[in-house]
Amino acid sequence: MEAKISIQNIYYTYADGNEALRNISFDVQANEVFVLFGPARSGKTTLLRLLNRLSDLTEDADFRGVITFNGSDIFGRAVDVYNLRRRISMVFAIPTPLPGSIRSNLTYGPQMAGIRDKHVLDQRVQHSLQQAALWDEVKDRLDSSAMALSGGQKQRLCLARSLAMEPEVILLDNPTSGLDPLSTSVVEETLRDLRERYTIIMVPHSVQQAARVADRAGFMLDGELIEVAQAEQMFLHPQNKRTEDYITGRFG
Amino acid sequence: MSRQQTQRLAVILITAVAVLVFIPVLLVIFYLIASGIGAINWEFLTAMPRNGMKEGGIMPAILGTLILTFGTAIVSMPVSILAAIYLAEYAKDNRLTRTIRMAIVNLAGIPSIVYGLFGLGAFVLAAGFGTSILAGALTLGIMTMPVVISTAEEAINAVPQQFRTVSQSLGATKWQTIRHQVLPHALPGILTGMILGLSRAAGETAPILFTVAAFYVPTLPSSVFDQTMALPYHLYVISTQVPGMPLSIQYGTALVLLMITLTLTLLATGVRTSVRRRRDW
Amino acid sequence: MTTVQSPPPGAPSRRPGEIVIEALIVLAGASTVIIVALIFIFLLREGINTFLDIPLRQLFGQRWYPIEGYYGLLPLLVGTALVTVGAVIIAVPLGIVAAIYLGEIAPTWLREILKPLIEILAGIPSIVLGFLGWVALAPIIQNLGAPTGLTAFTGSLLLAYMSLPTIISISEDALYAVPKEYRDGSLAIGATQWQTIWRVVLPAARSGLVIAVMLGIGRVIGETMAVLLVTGNAANIPAFGPGMFFSPVRTMTATIAAEMGEVAQGSLHYNVLFGIGLILFLITFTVNWLAARLVGVNGARRSRGGLL
Repeated sequence: MEAKISIQNIYYTYADGNEALRNISFDVQANEVFVLFGPARSGKTTLLRLLNRLSDLTEDADFRGVITFNGSDIFGRAVDVYNLRRRISMVFAIPTPLPGSIRSNLTYGPQMAGIRDKHVLDQRVQHSLQQAALWDEVKDRLDSSAMALSGGQKQRLCLARSLAMEPEVILLDNPTSGLDPLSTSVVEETLRDLRERYTIIMVPHSVQQAARVADRAGFMLDGELIEVAQAEQMFLHPQNKRTEDYITGRFG
Repeated sequence: MSRQQTQRLAVILITAVAVLVFIPVLLVIFYLIASGIGAINWEFLTAMPRNGMKEGGIMPAILGTLILTFGTAIVSMPVSILAAIYLAEYAKDNRLTRTIRMAIVNLAGIPSIVYGLFGLGAFVLAAGFGTSILAGALTLGIMTMPVVISTAEEAINAVPQQFRTVSQSLGATKWQTIRHQVLPHALPGILTGMILGLSRAAGETAPILFTVAAFYVPTLPSSVFDQTMALPYHLYVISTQVPGMPLSIQYGTALVLLMITLTLTLLATGVRTSVRRRRDW
Repeated sequence: MTTVQSPPPGAPSRRPGEIVIEALIVLAGASTVIIVALIFIFLLREGINTFLDIPLRQLFGQRWYPIEGYYGLLPLLVGTALVTVGAVIIAVPLGIVAAIYLGEIAPTWLREILKPLIEILAGIPSIVLGFLGWVALAPIIQNLGAPTGLTAFTGSLLLAYMSLPTIISISEDALYAVPKEYRDGSLAIGATQWQTIWRVVLPAARSGLVIAVMLGIGRVIGETMAVLLVTGNAANIPAFGPGMFFSPVRTMTATIAAEMGEVAQGSLHYNVLFGIGLILFLITFTVNWLAARLVGVNGARRSRGGLL
């Protein structure tokens, strides 16, 4: 089967000389939860931002290698980067609602894509909130400020905001950082339901979380991809000594 | 003298100097109000001048200043805001950007009388607008640009970076992001800068001396190619050029002008504080 | 092989309107440079004859008497210099000390009252201050024993207050930019607050204070209406000595304002007034350029906050 996303020999160096990624290659299949874990500053977030070209916003960085999405190069000349970001959507580590109502957060992406039909927008709002398990909590106050939500609700709103664009891939950069255990488990449960319809690439909050949600996982260290394996294999019988040390808590 | 004594003395002296700075400001305001308030009544504000301007009102001058201020806004606002967007959102650290920043610094430093000369040479003569509201508003508008650009840029920069990142991650283009997620939040700050700039423009005399201001016109302006009276120039004229002008009219005119510029200044600071209190990010 | 899906109909990624608006944005940015250039070109076009038609010896002569064809700029340069020097002597200590008071000594509630007061001062039109100088201040100065109340000093006093908002706000920014650790470190080793200000804070803020003073000077040199009303407008060079501050003088700006209305367009007198404008332009250009060089044009830009 053709990979949903294929990453081939990529290198990424920031303008200040920091080599964030070195010779990374792996594939992500459709409808799997792929978890990228590893210690802080190992390059996970940099990699995620490359996948929907949010990295374009970082000036003067040096990128080499190839990333394909549904088989075509995402840096190709004919690619519409804005459409790419609608197909591959990002949820950030810190809950970041845009100032405005809950509804306006959800309709923003579709509206910027040119969707004006109020009926379609309303449907997107309801579906995305239902998928993010937030509908019941906010359906009566869709027009109140998104800033007034709790931390866990905000993060699920951000997830819903990504879903409202009906993407194919969702990138999650440590989406439960700063959430309490209860909110965390609600988000994790939501992710399990989402994998049927979406491909998910996630940077987890902890090794434990990685083990809970992953179908497959990759371990990153100092800008290199050390090991990629099925979750069971990775977390029970890691092949690489460094992976094992990290998982068992000997460093990091 | 011990260290503690030096410390106490220093604080006392610094405070004394501060008093010397701030008390005269209050004094000027109160003195003008006390001396000018008596001249101000309905007729003074709404009637045409009579008897060689020694009687009647100053309505044409007030109206002229309001028209010029409005014209200044029309000239200055669009281009200044666009320039601020350029600097805050598009400018890379290159030669063009540095040149633009240098140009703005210099525009801010050019004496107002030199703007007046420029307006005379460029708009009144070369462009053929004559001594007119159009020439005056263009001159004042250009003079106001640096203030508006700087405050607008600051307001745009104050919008958190994450709004931009989030917006673009949702597939919005750069301009859509600016239009929907940056400008709405920067608007109060931009407005503050605009009003501050206009309050300066409303009080300026030198730039309008040769471009628009009239000593006395018996009728109100009917098009942008007409001259007009204006409060700052009117105050200059009646205090220095017209012998036997009653002092009360002079003080009254000064007070009206001060009230217009101070209202704008306070409005600007008011907008700034109220918005800072209300926003939830 | 599938490709990245095309965007939904009706929403091409960059609409034509967007390309137009972004072009306008770049144009607006560049317009500032064009305007500075235009100002220079027009001053040069109308003023260049000053330097071509009048022998330099006469141009920098001591006699300004246009009706008889004497265009000696020296009295005007001296007038501007006297008024400026006087204003700087008054305004720099007042401004910097007031900034120290606001930044280091005043309690917060008082600062909240005083800072708007500075904005109010900045908002008083120069013609209003000039008018007050003319009707109220000049008589006071005359009563103090000067032969006339309309002197360089009267102008300096007004201009000093007019430049205070510039000097105070930039100085305060400079003081505020001194890291808190410097103060804490000094206080921790037992220095008094004054010793800390004098030995640590002021030296650390030095370059910012220099810029405050320079921009204040720029503001003073260019001021027109207040000096036109209160300096007496006598185009002569007062005898050297402390008394010169209490003589009537005439500045470059006031000369333009007072005489432009009465000259024939295209006459030499008209050209010379533009020539004076050109000199003023070059002076303030230099002052601002130096100030910007000191701090770096980008130096004043605050970096954007935010976590992403």
